Amino acid sequence: MKRYLVLENGSIYSGEAFGSNEELLTEVVFSTGMTGYQETMTDPSYFGQSMVFTYPLIGNYGINLDDNEGSRPAVDAIVAKEITKRPSNFRSVMSIPEYAKENGVVGIEGVDTRKLAKELRTQGSMKGVLVNSLDETKIQELFAQDYDQLLVERSKKEEYVAGNGKVKDEGAVRIALIDFGLKNSIAQALEKRGVNVLHFDWTTDIEKIREADPDGVLLSNGPGNPELYEASYPMILALQDEYPLLGICLGHQLFALANGAKTYKMKFGYRGFNHAVWDVDKQEKHFTSQNHGYAVDRDSVKDTKLEVTHEEINQNTVEGVRLNDRTAFSVQFHPDACPGPHDSEYIFDKFLAAVKDAKKEPFYAKAN
Amino acid sequence: MPKRTDLNKILVIGSGPIIIGQAAEFDYSGSQACLALKEEGYEVILVNSNPATIMTDKEIADRVYVEPETTGYIEQIIRKEKPDAILPTLGGQTGLNLAKELADSGLLEELDIELLGTKLKAIEQAEDRESFKELMADLNEPVPASAIATNMAEAKEIAERIGYPLVVRPAYTLGGSGGGFVHNDEELEHIAAHGLDLSPVTQVLIEESIAGFKEIEFEVMRDRENNALIVASMENIDPVGVHTGDSVVVSPTQTLADREFQMMRDSALKIIRALKIEGGVNIQMALDPQSFNYRIIEVNPRVSRSSALASKATGYPIAKMAAKIAVGLNLDEIKNPITMTTWAAFEPALDYVVVKIPRFPFDKFKDVEPTLGTQMKATGEVMAIGRNFEEAMQKAVSSLKSTQNDFSGDAYAEISVADMKAKLMPATNDRLFMIAELLRRGVSVEEIHDITQMDFFFLDKVENVVAFERKLKQVFDKDELRRAKELGFPDEYIAKLSGQPESAIRKLRKDEGVLPVYKMVDTAAGEFESKTPYYYSTYEEENESVKSDKPSILVVGSGPIRIGQGVEFDYATVHAVKAIQKAGYEAIIINSNPETVSTDFAISDKLYFEPLTREHVLNVIDLEQPEGVLLQFGGQTAINLAAAINENGTIILGTDLKAIDLAEDRDSFNHIIQKLGLHQPKAAFAISQEEAKEKAKEVGYPVLIRPSYVIGGQGMAVIQNEAELQGYLNVAAWVSNDHPVLIDSYLAGQEAELDLLSDGKEVSIPGIMAHIERSGVHSGDSMAVYPAITLSDDVVDQMVDASTKLANELGVIGLMNMQFIIHEGKAYVIEVNPRASRTVPFLSKVTKMAMTQIATWLSMGKSLSDLGIKPGLKPAGNMIHVKAPVFSFEKLNDANTKLAPEMKSTGEVMGSAPDFATALQKAFVAAGVKAPVAKRLVLNNVGDDAVEMAETLKKMTGAGWTLEASEESVKSLEKVGFAVSALITKDEVEAEMVAGTIDLLVDFGTNEEAVWRGMAVEQGTAFVSAIDTFLAYAKAFENLDAEKKVYELGEG
Repeated sequence: MKRYLVLENGSIYSGEAFGSNEELLTEVVFSTGMTGYQETMTDPSYFGQSMVFTYPLIGNYGINLDDNEGSRPAVDAIVAKEITKRPSNFRSVMSIPEYAKENGVVGIEGVDTRKLAKELRTQGSMKGVLVNSLDETKIQELFAQDYDQLLVERSKKEEYVAGNGKVKDEGAVRIALIDFGLKNSIAQALEKRGVNVLHFDWTTDIEKIREADPDGVLLSNGPGNPELYEASYPMILALQDEYPLLGICLGHQLFALANGAKTYKMKFGYRGFNHAVWDVDKQEKHFTSQNHGYAVDRDSVKDTKLEVTHEEINQNTVEGVRLNDRTAFSVQFHPDACPGPHDSEYIFDKFLAAVKDAKKEPFYAKAN
Repeated sequence: MPKRTDLNKILVIGSGPIIIGQAAEFDYSGSQACLALKEEGYEVILVNSNPATIMTDKEIADRVYVEPETTGYIEQIIRKEKPDAILPTLGGQTGLNLAKELADSGLLEELDIELLGTKLKAIEQAEDRESFKELMADLNEPVPASAIATNMAEAKEIAERIGYPLVVRPAYTLGGSGGGFVHNDEELEHIAAHGLDLSPVTQVLIEESIAGFKEIEFEVMRDRENNALIVASMENIDPVGVHTGDSVVVSPTQTLADREFQMMRDSALKIIRALKIEGGVNIQMALDPQSFNYRIIEVNPRVSRSSALASKATGYPIAKMAAKIAVGLNLDEIKNPITMTTWAAFEPALDYVVVKIPRFPFDKFKDVEPTLGTQMKATGEVMAIGRNFEEAMQKAVSSLKSTQNDFSGDAYAEISVADMKAKLMPATNDRLFMIAELLRRGVSVEEIHDITQMDFFFLDKVENVVAFERKLKQVFDKDELRRAKELGFPDEYIAKLSGQPESAIRKLRKDEGVLPVYKMVDTAAGEFESKTPYYYSTYEEENESVKSDKPSILVVGSGPIRIGQGVEFDYATVHAVKAIQKAGYEAIIINSNPETVSTDFAISDKLYFEPLTREHVLNVIDLEQPEGVLLQFGGQTAINLAAAINENGTIILGTDLKAIDLAEDRDSFNHIIQKLGLHQPKAAFAISQEEAKEKAKEVGYPVLIRPSYVIGGQGMAVIQNEAELQGYLNVAAWVSNDHPVLIDSYLAGQEAELDLLSDGKEVSIPGIMAHIERSGVHSGDSMAVYPAITLSDDVVDQMVDASTKLANELGVIGLMNMQFIIHEGKAYVIEVNPRASRTVPFLSKVTKMAMTQIATWLSMGKSLSDLGIKPGLKPAGNMIHVKAPVFSFEKLNDANTKLAPEMKSTGEVMGSAPDFATALQKAFVAAGVKAPVAKRLVLNNVGDDAVEMAETLKKMTGAGWTLEASEESVKSLEKVGFAVSALITKDEVEAEMVAGTIDLLVDFGTNEEAVWRGMAVEQGTAFVSAIDTFLAYAKAFENLDAEKKVYELGEG
């Protein structure tokens, strides 16, 4: 069966259909990672998006039971050059077409994904619709929908991931993980370090978080425009006064926004594993796992108490900030990787060391 | 850290002659390094004994020394040039070994010279088995467990400790024989006992078996600030057990999930950081297909064949970056030369699939078993890029220029399924094709996987190809044709499958609009804008290669390095590009060899990485509409495309196609020779076995026989009588109308050759080379001397006259190579090649004439006088230059080591001096023949050559040489009145060879007779197989005390 991806600028890409047959409106983004399609498909940050894989062979090693980043796929659709029908890997339990069918992901293959990625690079990320025929009325209808509203609707409809605040191990460091659309690997990175992870949905009342008596707070990643989460700013400001705080990805953007900086929509975002980031303190570069379409505006940081701690080496995009009078910092990239390189895992160690330091003595704001 | 300012002059060590395992990739990395250092403003001095390279061009370094790469000669260069530092890590193992020796000798310390790049200690740690194991243990990185056993009890104890399966390897057995895999106690007892028995030191290594593991490679870069990155990942399609140089390799890895990939990436980075590598490094790992268990196999602390492949596969120039890191720059201080907008601290992202297939020399070495193992046997490789695996794989296959250029099973038609299955393990050079044929005959992917352990992913892809063949055997529609092209089926193969001519498929494709597009290799998968002029074809929507407004010329490269078509042709290709650019045109290259300088995208204005087939060359012509095509620099591979390009109506620059055909068609050629009154050995050709016998009788034995249209004298032999002829014909079943054999009268005499430049009216001859070995030895395997001091003036005049006449008659425009036999004072024409030949780089260097560039301009319409070049033979300078061949026999078990009309050498070196003997000595030494120490000579199978030896042997004994001979040689020499008192037996010879006390073995026997030569190959003892080489050796080492003077290229 044929399937079409129609972009908002009128470009049409055709290919073979697989997975769900739903017709829908999405935001079209691309990732340059050569491995890790399963993690990408299930990463909640990609909620509501069509993921274009620039690597042409997707699905070679199938889908396994361990590498999901959320309980189910986050992307609405995947766009690929070629999908492997018979995967080969000892952990594989099914192929991508099987997975897509089972989990309601719309798929299209046989697409000139390089052409598409270049179009997104030059014209910026765009909305696009996936349709099973080039029916103009239907296409218009889909485009007429309010995408942001749709995201909210869809997330409601699906009862998207909520934290449970359950305590796993009484003795260890306790981190409250504020969930904006959490990627499993963040929780796993903490758990691997012996942390008690306390899940809280971002809409949770702050009192509940205080009651759980965490030693530190982590603002998770999540999908979409950070400004849509404006309601979280007061909570973030309160938490940073009381606990050591780390923000990752969307959590980083929200931390910056709450402290007075601004964010902007990037032309086509960073999605892939090969962006090197400069750590100003360490004076080192690390290859990072990236997936964001928004970024913190460098100029806007100047008027705040924030300080830039990390930047992307090619375009100098802000990749990390901190408050000098608090133990509170954030990074735009994913130190939890999955997929991607593990070079920046030290961010977790740095955060937990700060948490432990703070635990030794009563926490108070640093005089600066 | 910015680049170092405390250094001014840097000596770069090149890798020397091309041998199996160390080939053109080091010309590429060395040239890149020199240019990168010059770019940074350093004065660059280069030493490399191999004259056939780009890197020994004067434009690459400030001063070039083509001198033997031994510490003795390099010390002279160092004392003369006084460099501040030496960069050895881009010259292969040769470079590293020399660096170690120079450091050990104390010279570097004495002169306060620094070694740049990765430190020696790190190199030793990576290369020494024991210290590497220790380091891995410290880092908690797993290596295959192993231990040495000297008796059965120890063997069993080790087996228990490590666990089965295991590999047993006896120490010091011939060709590593007597070892094997063992899976249980019973097998261990059998094989270990046998191994202990065979080993002269009663020792076996017992090692954990990782056969069947996936073999994964990373190319990694690190700078001194500890920034490290992965340039490329590669996965071998052949599981562990086949040398990666002999494996089919795909980049990036295909069957690793991110978790496995990142685990191995972490480990690779950890290791190179621990080793403190400064530059590029290759790391090989093995991964259990059923778990996360992996092993570190090997770390190569330098640029390598794999790094050349990785550079071409990703566009990331590893050697260039390594050179910059060596002088202190860091990865974030160097711009990514592909995008020019991003920094070199960047891990390339690919949006295509790259497949590399090795090119083997088994077509030249019929005696050598084509099985693959841990010893590399390939002489070269091809690479292809596609948007899916099948496409990349089929494009690579059609690039091979071998007997098998598609997946067709014709070659296996007579072999049973059972026999083919039996041949899958151990792997052979044509395993991939046998797998295709087995799948075609209904054997399941599962069964092939069980035998070979090859991943299902790859086997499925081969099955896809085979399955699609069926559709192409029936009537197919446009969509199926398009799908076939997407899967990489070449037009030629579609034609074969569907029973149509290739031209019909091409026409059909064009009519139906099934046309290729070209995509850019940009390191960034489209994420960043890039202006790299580096393209590959595929069948998809968007074409990214736009014809420029500037007029262009297309240069057809020479494809994979194989015996008879080596790096010399890449040299010519690169020079042609330079000449085209100087003339104000855009130069476009099409080539398929990832090892070479010509496929560096920075060399040409546009690079098409494509198979050198009619289809792909014409496709590029269709798009680029070049003013003309240059074929004369791509060797026979390019010449073979002439007819198709001509038919297409495209202008072939230089010598007309008609002239090429005239020179290659025996009948018309003979006619011309007669018309011009030139001498030629009696010759005939035959299209059947019966006719061959008849014609041989007419011509008169001995005859020289060969197939027409071949490279490097393939299938060429000297035949003494009809019985031998029958034997030859029995093997050469291909004799037919399409494939006649040529039969020449074999004339004994000295051979000589020349390359000339012609503008169609006048002829300039840069130089004549006289061969050292007499006729019967392939010109590529002969030693040769320039100027031709061993020829009389009369003979030289005859050659000049004959070649001038012939070039004029043929209407040659550009280069022509001509070979002669000097028989009884007359110069007989034996071969004419109206194109650049193997000797062009050598002659260009010694005659100081940029022959290829001149030929390019002549082809573009300039005359010799326009270029200020005088007709006639160019007078020689004061230096004598000797070219010597280099062989790779030690890599090829059972190779025929006797010099013969079929070419066997893989590379060449040059020795230069004001006198002949010293030039000879340097050439021998450069070729790896050590100067005599004990002055001990062993003789065997001297036969009738004893006559010519006697005088020289007398001189040698007078000069203190000890002679020992076999029974045969004692007798043969006795007959000519020369007494050798010491008789030596085979066992004694072997023992002495092991002890390294024999300076030279003389053995003129046929390969069957010459068991001693085989032993010499095994033990690394120098040997000669032809009388003239022996006489040259004697002359070369007459004076052992001569000063080791070195000369800059171009001196004298």
